[in-house]
Parts: sequence; C-alpha cells; structure tokens
Amino acid sequence: METTLREVIKQITFKHLKKFKGQVFGQNLTGVGWVAGTLPKLYEKDGVIELPMADVANGGMVTGAALVGRRPFYIIRYQGYNWLNCIFIVNYACKSKEIWNKPAPMFIRGLSSEGGLGPVSTSSHISIFYKMPGIKIYSPMTKNEYTSTYKKFMKSDDVFYVSEHRKSYENKIEFKNSLKKNLDIILMPISVTRFEAEKAKNYLNKNGYKVGIIHLYELKPFVLKKKWISMIKSSKYGVLMTDNDYVDGIIRTLAHKINEQTNKKVNVLGLKDKSAGYTLKTSNFPPSALEIINKIKKIKAKKRL
Amino acid sequence: MSYKNYRLKIFEKASLCRNFENEVFKRVNEKLINFPVYLSAGQEYVPSSIAQIVKDKKQKPLIFGQHRGHSIYLSFGGNIIELIDELLGKKTGCTRGMGGSLSINSNKINMFGHEGLMGSNACMGVGACFSSAKPTIVFLGDASVEEDYVLASLSWAAKKELPILFVVEDNNYAVLTKKKDRRDWKAKDVAKAFKLESYDIDDQPKKIFSVLKKNLFKKPIFINVNTKRLFWHSGAGVDEEVKGDRLTIEKKFLGKKADKIHRNIKKKIENLWKQRLEK
Repeated sequence: METTLREVIKQITFKHLKKFKGQVFGQNLTGVGWVAGTLPKLYEKDGVIELPMADVANGGMVTGAALVGRRPFYIIRYQGYNWLNCIFIVNYACKSKEIWNKPAPMFIRGLSSEGGLGPVSTSSHISIFYKMPGIKIYSPMTKNEYTSTYKKFMKSDDVFYVSEHRKSYENKIEFKNSLKKNLDIILMPISVTRFEAEKAKNYLNKNGYKVGIIHLYELKPFVLKKKWISMIKSSKYGVLMTDNDYVDGIIRTLAHKINEQTNKKVNVLGLKDKSAGYTLKTSNFPPSALEIINKIKKIKAKKRL
Repeated sequence: MSYKNYRLKIFEKASLCRNFENEVFKRVNEKLINFPVYLSAGQEYVPSSIAQIVKDKKQKPLIFGQHRGHSIYLSFGGNIIELIDELLGKKTGCTRGMGGSLSINSNKINMFGHEGLMGSNACMGVGACFSSAKPTIVFLGDASVEEDYVLASLSWAAKKELPILFVVEDNNYAVLTKKKDRRDWKAKDVAKAFKLESYDIDDQPKKIFSVLKKNLFKKPIFINVNTKRLFWHSGAGVDEEVKGDRLTIEKKFLGKKADKIHRNIKKKIENLWKQRLEK
C-alpha cells in the first residue's frame, strides 16, 4: 500500500530521534492521537519532551535546546498559537547566528486546519513569522516535498518553519507544475489551497480556458524561477495566488515580488479580512475550487470590458 | 585559603568590574560611546562572588545574562579588551561590534548574548540546561522575574530537577518604579512554591557562599540577592548617593591590600581604554 504524508512525517521524526539523537518538543504530544498520527509512540527517554502549557516560555526553552545543538523539532499543534510561541523564536533563535555567531537550528512543525475552529486556531498564521530575518519557511503538502525540506534542514543551521496542514496528512500524490507559453492565467497556490486549485485548473481547462499552475511550498526565501517569469510574462491575465492565511498576509508580499519581476497583474485569494466564528456559517475558510473558478471568470470578464 | 584571602579574591573581581564601569561612565560622558549603556556598578559583588564559587568548584557553566551584563562577563573571565572593543563598536569586540552594551556574548566563557526582551534568558537557559545537561546560570533582575514566562521557566526547571542556578540581582527598581508599587510577593516565595530551593539574601560574599556551597548545580536553586545599583538604569548618571555600597564596605574591611589592588586595577583599565581608543 502506498504511504501517506502522515507516515513519512512519522518516519522522519523517528529517524531524527534515533539516528541523530534529536529532540521533539511540544504540548500534549504523547497521547490524544499522537499529533494526528504524525508522531511515533515514543517518550521522554527517547527524546519526545512534553512541555508545560506555557507557550511563550516554551518557544524560549526550545530556542535554548537549539542553541546547544540538539536540532529540536518543535510542534505547535494549532498555528493560532504561533502568536504566543513566536516571540523568542523570531527575536532570538532567528537572529542568534547573525548577531552572536551562535546558530539555533530548529524545525518548527506548525499545524493548520481548515476553518471551524474560531477566531484563533483556524487556518494558517505564518505571516507573523514571515517578516523576520533569519527564518526559512516551507509549506510541504506532499511526501517528496516534506522529505526534501527535512534534508535541507539537516544541511542548514537556520530556523525552519514548516507549515503543515492536517488535510494533507492523507495525501499520497505529488503535485506537478503545469506550464506553457501564452496561457490565460497561472495559478500559484500555497498550502491546502493547492488541492482546490488543482480541481479549479482541471475544470477550467475542460471548459475552454488555458490555465497553468505553479505549486508553491518554498516560501522564504522565495525564488521566482526564470522559466516561471517567462511563462507569467507571456500569460494573458497574469497570476492568481491562493493561500489559507489571511489575504493581507504573506500572499500580498509574494504577489508584490512577482509583480515586480514580471510586470503582470497578480490577484490574490486567501482568508477573508474578517474574524472567524465556530460554525460553518461564521467560519473563515480558504478559497474553494468554486471560488477560484469564479475569480478567474471575473478576471477574464473584467479584462474584456 | 584563609577567609580573608578568599574575600580578597572576590574583591579583585569586583574591583575589576567597578573600575571598568567607572571608565565606561567617563567614556559615555565624553560621548565616545553613543548608544545605550547599562552599567552594573554597585551590583558587581553578585556575579563576582558566584564566579569565584564556580571557579573553586572547577565548573564552566552556560551563562545567560541580561542587558546589564558587563560585570557578569568580567567576573567569569571574559576578555577585557574584547569588551572595550565591543563598547567602541569594533569588529574585534566580543560580539563583533553588534551587541553594544546590552548583548554581551562570549563563546570562550559560554556566555549567551541577550536580545533585549527582559527575562527571555530564563526560558533559554532552562532549555539549554535541559538539552545539554550542563550546569547553567541565569541572571535576572527584580523586574524581569515578574514576567510570566520566567515563572513558567522556574516551574519547569524545578519539575525537571535541572542543574541550574537562577540569580535575581534585586536593586528594588524597574527603571524607577519600586517593587512595592509593582507587586505584593517575594520572588523567593514564588520560587519556593515551585519547589525550588530558594533564598533571599544580601550581597555579602559570605552569604552567597553559604547558600550555594552545598547544592550548586546538584539541583535547581533560586537566589534573590538584594543589591544596590549606583548609576542610572541606562546611561551614565547618578540620581543620589547610594548608602551601603558593598565594594566600599569590603574595601574598608580588607584594608591596605584591597586599596592597592583597587588602585592597580584602576590604572590597568585606564591604560587599556587609552590603548584601544588610540588604535
């Protein structure tokens, strides 16, 4: 049977603990589903460390572990808790190499989910990390992407923020970019919106549109490849980016970078600029395939006027 | 070693710190240093006494200080020239000219720089101690011990029985706000509630020695040391004359030998500053 992303994360974690004598820190790790089944059933003697319910302090304690070279994994079970956990990570761990010549490499696993969890825990919150120097940010949704991210971490002495999504844990497929000259529009989705963007692309292409896709998971540093620039430049309507962080977050920054390098319009769809409630009606969901389709139709219609 | 000689050794460290800070005071007023400085004059008996105990125990702990770190650095054997260079913003400084006065760092003495968020060093010290199992010292102030994340760190250090020493250099002030206006609890009592071995003492070297001699780095210990800072919170200024300055008391007790040591160190530091400024 083909393995899922969940299994791959579990295997990587096991190897990190056993082969490299690493450590995994977090809250409520050893039980309640073992972090959605991504954590091997190991305990403190193996390097799986239960931290107290003190998120601000915990970010600092893991920074301390990183400073002494244990290359810790730090699991933040809901990205909403980034707000508390990020303080010492971004202000110390990320700057330590540059200021004090003391790297603090750590692998932060931030789990996001898709709506229905109220104003804080819903969706991604990576934008608060994004603006700070000294951090690398990835959002792998597939097995190969995750493995490649971990390998990069093991060769690096930087802080890695790995933005995961619970919906991706069952994923078995790899995504492929679909690019050619003179497309109508190119989708550049991030995180869980990649699944919906694929559906939208397939639908639109069957209905007379020419839609390409560039799957983004290496978010910082963000490199726009030469081939991408040339394809975007040749497209009719430019780019539509999608994300499950707020629309005024990281996605606008990336859109601006793309616009600077291609001189093409870059539209964005993310979480709406509103507070999320706990019900289906009041939550704030990332853009669906239908919303992506409708947005592209609107872009096309507007351009014709 | 006789008790008097032991006190002389500590005096020598404290004198080095005091003379250094006095020299920085001068240089700030001469506008040769143009960024915020955090002088530790008056408080130097805390790190000096602890550094001597640690030296006698032949330990090399991880040291997590805060912004007021000159005396910690010097007491534990940090290179003086590199500290002068740091304060002059030179690349040859202990933090390559990036740290200024606030972020004193030294790989040689295992001292970790501070980023400026008060009390963050408690969290990092606890994490580093847990993950390395190395003896660790965290220096805090009486203000930073009020930070919630410091309290969480004390609690976890106690839970994990870490070989760590928390030192609160308590001068009663958060900038200029007195403790009595900020809280109705003693740091020692809170630490004790977390099941840490905890003490509230003044900065007499004898008292510091007596509370640390038995269990230092065998279990987590918390000491709140009441001390007196001579200069402003930041910059080189004096509000009023401080009574009960520990260095003055010790110098008087130790007599001529201490006088001579103090004079020699003063001259040495003045020369070093002169040399580094000329370079």
